[in-house]
Amino acid sequence: MSALPADGGATPPTTPFAPLVQTNAAIGEPKLVRWTLIGISLVFLAVFLLLPLYAVFSQALEQGYKAYFAALVDSDALASIRLTLITAAIAVPLNTVFGVAAAWAIAKFQFRGKNFLITLIDLPFSVSPVIAGLIYILIFGSRGWLGPWVSEHGFKIMFAAPGIVLATVFVTFPFVARELIPLMQAQGADEEYAAMTLGARGWSTFWHVTLPNIRWGLLYGILLCNARAMGEFGAVSVVSGHIRGQTNTMPLQVEILYNDYQFVAAFAVASLLALLAFVTLGLKSFLEWRHGSELKALKGH
Amino acid sequence: MNKALRLLAAAALGMAAANASAAKLLNVSYDVARSLYKDLNPAFVADWKKQTGEAVDVDQSHGGSSKQARAIIDGLDADVVTMNNPLDIDAIADAGLLQKNWLQAFPDNSSPSWSAIVFVVRKGNPSKLKDWPDLVRPGVQIVVPNPKTSGNGRYSYLAAWQYARTQPKASDTDSIEFVKKLFANVPVLDTGGRDATTTFCQRGIGDVLLTFESEAKLIQANFGADKFDIVIPSLTVRADNPVAVVDKIAARKGNTRLAQAYLKFHYTPAAQEILARNGMRPVDAAVAQKHAAEFPPLHTFSVEKDFGGWAHAQQLHFSDGGIFDQIIARK
Repeated sequence: MSALPADGGATPPTTPFAPLVQTNAAIGEPKLVRWTLIGISLVFLAVFLLLPLYAVFSQALEQGYKAYFAALVDSDALASIRLTLITAAIAVPLNTVFGVAAAWAIAKFQFRGKNFLITLIDLPFSVSPVIAGLIYILIFGSRGWLGPWVSEHGFKIMFAAPGIVLATVFVTFPFVARELIPLMQAQGADEEYAAMTLGARGWSTFWHVTLPNIRWGLLYGILLCNARAMGEFGAVSVVSGHIRGQTNTMPLQVEILYNDYQFVAAFAVASLLALLAFVTLGLKSFLEWRHGSELKALKGH
Repeated sequence: MNKALRLLAAAALGMAAANASAAKLLNVSYDVARSLYKDLNPAFVADWKKQTGEAVDVDQSHGGSSKQARAIIDGLDADVVTMNNPLDIDAIADAGLLQKNWLQAFPDNSSPSWSAIVFVVRKGNPSKLKDWPDLVRPGVQIVVPNPKTSGNGRYSYLAAWQYARTQPKASDTDSIEFVKKLFANVPVLDTGGRDATTTFCQRGIGDVLLTFESEAKLIQANFGADKFDIVIPSLTVRADNPVAVVDKIAARKGNTRLAQAYLKFHYTPAAQEILARNGMRPVDAAVAQKHAAEFPPLHTFSVEKDFGGWAHAQQLHFSDGGIFDQIIARK
């Protein structure tokens, strides 16, 4: 974010003089440099973002709208959409609860091993998704540590929906916590202390003080978490088993269709994922524009 | 929130329970067999219904054959495997999930169909590639998947080796030299058969693609017969498509009888017809006779007879530090 949003945040201006406007040539850039830089960025965006997006939609609609919608209501495609939605519907709330709890613990309390906990939360970011899938095979696979016990008791984890959910939870687990930790650290615990001194209990402090303070950051984290949960490929591919119409999520279905020479169907499903990206991006921009000041602690996204 | 959770749970359960009435069979198969089983499974379902009055669903999982075998060993609940080479079924047998002598469980080495390595060239064969010696000419670009990771690659390599070895006055060093020259002409080694097809057909790389006849026929069907020609070399390898019941898993799921019947169905004239229509060479003599025009006669050898079996060939040629590694390193 290069400038503050128009409303300037919640605090009214207290300075008696007008803010400094950069009209001075000495601290600005010559026009040529400015336009060259903007031009380079635009060309880069066009080539690396817009062109592929255009390709996805043009391929998907190559044989007209009928073929496009026929590809989307195919039973395997519908099953993949349903599995993707169910996976996200389980993984995102789980990681939201976990993220809030972790951020709360880290931001509001002092304890030993806090930095270690932060590092652990970041672990899924630094581990390749393939490894994330393989660790669950090592644990729950039929030759894994818990695998024999699990199958003896009639549960099916690997190569079924639970395994896919597990892998997705692992991969998406830092998103909410990562958004909230800096925000809550910046906010400090003062308002909570105030609420306590006024007689509020733990839960009501959380509902009436903490949650309203972090809601936009939380929403932002959930959004990113959801986008990744629906789009994850590597980890899910390892634990899926690729049973058609059962254990394929949308990204896996795209790959399968592509490899089966069904290009229109592949890009039709891919276009849904692209639409999801658009919605995410739109909501993200809206949050940044509308609640930028509250999200300031989240610089770098 | 509670309501939403309940709805969600109902949706998840509904998904699991949707087909609970019908018995479910899981067929884990190799990458490019999808269109085949799209035709064959409904035929089996109808046949089973007619014979026993029972409803059955056949689920499919497709992927690189070694990856699929690995998944079964790790817990993918396959009742049957249908593969394009016996090595991967051996791996499942080694893990104790099916009997060691599975190759004798069904007729024709448990292989209801077979294919062979052929050359796919661009229309009109502009580089005049007619037989194996043409492939080692300087400047010819060959697309073939990696023999270390794919069935196509292994068969192609062994076919070239066998061709060189069966020439008059040839020795094993001639085979090494021949295969080495051949792989020196390979610009990219893709990991799987389908990747190699994409490289050749869609990215337009190479003068010739070495692949199974069944895949070659699929290429003509999907990309147009006016774009590619199939060339049959003077000697090629018989590539069986073996099938097996995964005994332990089928027994646990109570599907043994169904799994046996499903694989036996592959040998019926109706199924053989479907196999032939999908570019596989049927083992049923009558069906093969009927499709003789689509499947010209081949001069073939088998890995079992001429290379002392797959386990031996694998060890000698494709294991770490094996002959293939050596020729690639010297390239």
